[in-house]
Amino acid sequence: MKLRRTSSSIPDKVEMQMTPMIDIVFQLLTFFLFSFKIAAQEGDFNIRMPLAGPGSPNVEQQLPIKVRLTADANGNLAGIQLADRKVPSFAALHEQVMSIVGKDAGPNAEAGNAEAELDCDYNLKYQNVIEAVTAVSGYMTPSGHIVKLIQKIKFAPPKKPA
Amino acid sequence: MKFRRKEYTVSAEPDMTPMIDMTFQLIAFFMVLLNFGEGEIDSRIKLPSSQLAKPPEAPIEAPLVLQLTSDDNVIFSGEAIPISALDRPLRNERRFLELSGRKPSDATVILRADVDAKTGVVQEVIQKCQTNGFEKFALRAKQEDR
Repeated sequence: MKLRRTSSSIPDKVEMQMTPMIDIVFQLLTFFLFSFKIAAQEGDFNIRMPLAGPGSPNVEQQLPIKVRLTADANGNLAGIQLADRKVPSFAALHEQVMSIVGKDAGPNAEAGNAEAELDCDYNLKYQNVIEAVTAVSGYMTPSGHIVKLIQKIKFAPPKKPA
Repeated sequence: MKFRRKEYTVSAEPDMTPMIDMTFQLIAFFMVLLNFGEGEIDSRIKLPSSQLAKPPEAPIEAPLVLQLTSDDNVIFSGEAIPISALDRPLRNERRFLELSGRKPSDATVILRADVDAKTGVVQEVIQKCQTNGFEKFALRAKQEDR
């Protein structure tokens, strides 16, 4: 028996079904598109603060640089003091810290051994603390390079409002 | 004269290849950008900004994220709790660290405090961590636009 080949039964080109794939691909795309969030980069200021035990030695090689931040009733910054001397701004605080510890940064630089103690009012807004930490812990050169100054930062015990 | 009608078999389907290429590229782009670590970033916190805030070069060992809101609550694993109730979760964390053979002093407490949070409250949180044996703290700030 001779089978006659019909032209309509076997098409020349086998078409792939694209629709389900494109559906899924677009769903994936929308998922990633909606879960995309533009967030600013975050960084840390590392501080090491072990609990001072009653028997811990209190012999320090160097007295810490004391930075006092006072707040007004609303928690805004009222004044900055560096070792009992008034400082007009954080930029001036930074200049004074630089004049104390020196500009050079390195393993033997004075800045590496220096310690800063922040003494803040209880209701002071946290942004000011970060600004103070920024002022004492380093600066950024115009080329975007970070020079580290004081890395040992601690807090004075909190002053609970009466 | 009679013309025989010619049968056209040209398909009118559009070429899908460039579109699929582009779509896959977009998917790959957004997939790479998807940050799974954002689970611990809470939008209730508005971080203070600092020009020295650089992302850490190495991943932080045993991080413990505490987020302090401006209304004196701590967001710990997604739920807001008052500071007075912070001891219990901190003890649990400490026990968990000890069970996994580490000391609480090895862990780093990442403190994400709000711009308007009170400094005294931040210090109280630090004190609570200290009494539970945590020593290393990282004050988190967002990078300032230059």
